[in-house]
Amino acid sequence: MQYLLMLYLKESDWPAMTKAQQEQGVAAYGAYTEALTKANVLKGTNRLRPTSDATTIRVADGKPQVLDGPYADSKEQLGGYYMIDVPDLDAAISWAARCPTASHGTVEVRPIWEMYR
Amino acid sequence: MTVEGGEQARSTADQVARRSYGKLVAFLVARTRNVAAAEDALSEAFATALKDWPEKGCPASPEAWLLTVARRKIIDSFRGQRRDEAAMEQLQVLSDGLDAAATAAEIPDQRLALMFACAHPAIDPSIRAPLVLQVVLGLDAKTIASAFLASPAAMSKRLVRAKEKIREAGIPFRIPERDELPGRLGAVLDAIYAAFTEGWTDPGGADVIRRDLTGEALFLARVVTELLPDEPEALGLLALMLHAEARRAARRQAQGEYVPLAQQDPALWNSAMMWEAEALLSRASAMVSIGRYQLEAALQSAHVHRCRTGVRNWAEVVQLYDALYALAGSPVVAINRALAIAELDGAQAGLQAMPQVEGDARLSDYQPYWAARAELLARAGSHEEARHAYEVATGLERDPAVRDFLQRRQAALPD
Repeated sequence: MQYLLMLYLKESDWPAMTKAQQEQGVAAYGAYTEALTKANVLKGTNRLRPTSDATTIRVADGKPQVLDGPYADSKEQLGGYYMIDVPDLDAAISWAARCPTASHGTVEVRPIWEMYR
Repeated sequence: MTVEGGEQARSTADQVARRSYGKLVAFLVARTRNVAAAEDALSEAFATALKDWPEKGCPASPEAWLLTVARRKIIDSFRGQRRDEAAMEQLQVLSDGLDAAATAAEIPDQRLALMFACAHPAIDPSIRAPLVLQVVLGLDAKTIASAFLASPAAMSKRLVRAKEKIREAGIPFRIPERDELPGRLGAVLDAIYAAFTEGWTDPGGADVIRRDLTGEALFLARVVTELLPDEPEALGLLALMLHAEARRAARRQAQGEYVPLAQQDPALWNSAMMWEAEALLSRASAMVSIGRYQLEAALQSAHVHRCRTGVRNWAEVVQLYDALYALAGSPVVAINRALAIAELDGAQAGLQAMPQVEGDARLSDYQPYWAARAELLARAGSHEEARHAYEVATGLERDPAVRDFLQRRQAALPD
């Protein structure tokens, strides 16, 4: 089954870190990505730019309404994702627990809604 | 159809339902990953059996017969829903798996794997016990709702949602690996114990549904200890429940009045159950891995021993409560610990050991807190405060027999 691991973090933590801490953080994610690749479960991953770069769009009465900022203001923000393919939820949970985010933020595990092929 | 044939068919079907329902569901679920579909197919199979068996006689192996019919229903309904190529492939895998198993000499027992799925950490803790009762034992939502004091519609909705989660989130049907087993087993045991305590709230047994629930919980605990014989906490839970169950008859007088432990007649206790509990407990302690349920069972055992022999063992009881409090520091444990301290060092010491309602809002509407407090205040001679605490305890109680008991205690206070 495919699962999307959504990484929620306090994005304000990042600029507050020292350069050495940032490098260490990047290396930890690099190692995690490498482990997922080696295990042959990684389907895709990306880091997202901060929510200050986000734009929100919805169409009301046929007119697109464009707003600066994220969809929801929350204490922790979606900062990236991993898409993985594993046998079941337990496997997805054990990968989520290894993700560096899980130690200082929250990882949400969502099964992919499989469409009929 | 003869009358006897109909009756015999019904009684055979009832027996199989009682003995094998969970086993059959577990088997079908393990291969389809779909709890609701497995339940539907099996209930249709039982309905077919009640029509067929009186006419054609009961089959030699009723379980295999039911499984074959249920399997056909599942495949038919799957075929009815989807006809695309991917679905046909899945159907082939499904039907091969079901075939292979249906021809096996014995149906493998996967009830435990099913319980682990129902008590998975991804399932809301409050629905785990109801889910186990429905999926493994086949109790209907109405019965479960009444036991857990919920509306049938709401309970049924929550059960459906939980089954959907199992299927859609890909919750596996397997017994967890050794390293994660303790935590995961704890959730299964907690669900079983929750079912037991819901049944226990009607110790008089006036309510058939609730009384049955304790029996069902004991049955589930036996399944767990049979399939995982080396797990001390599973043995501890079974011992704990057997100890409680053994005293059922002694908890009420003929007219239904509530009788506290210290005043119970040991002759009314079920010794066979108590012996079994003791044997389980010593088996568990030989495995040297202490846990909440073993400690609680050991406490029951200590209380029983004291009542039987008249030898005061409150120091040992307080020690057990200390250990339990360190392990699972709930207000419930703190209250019982305070009562034991009162026996050892007097009511004043007990009152000091009681948790404070100011520190824990949960206590303000927790009946045992007020009942315990009333008891200790009465013994310490604070009659006015005791009167008030008895009143609150009475107001919070839902069992009329216990309400009467508390009112009698309150009336017995000197002016």
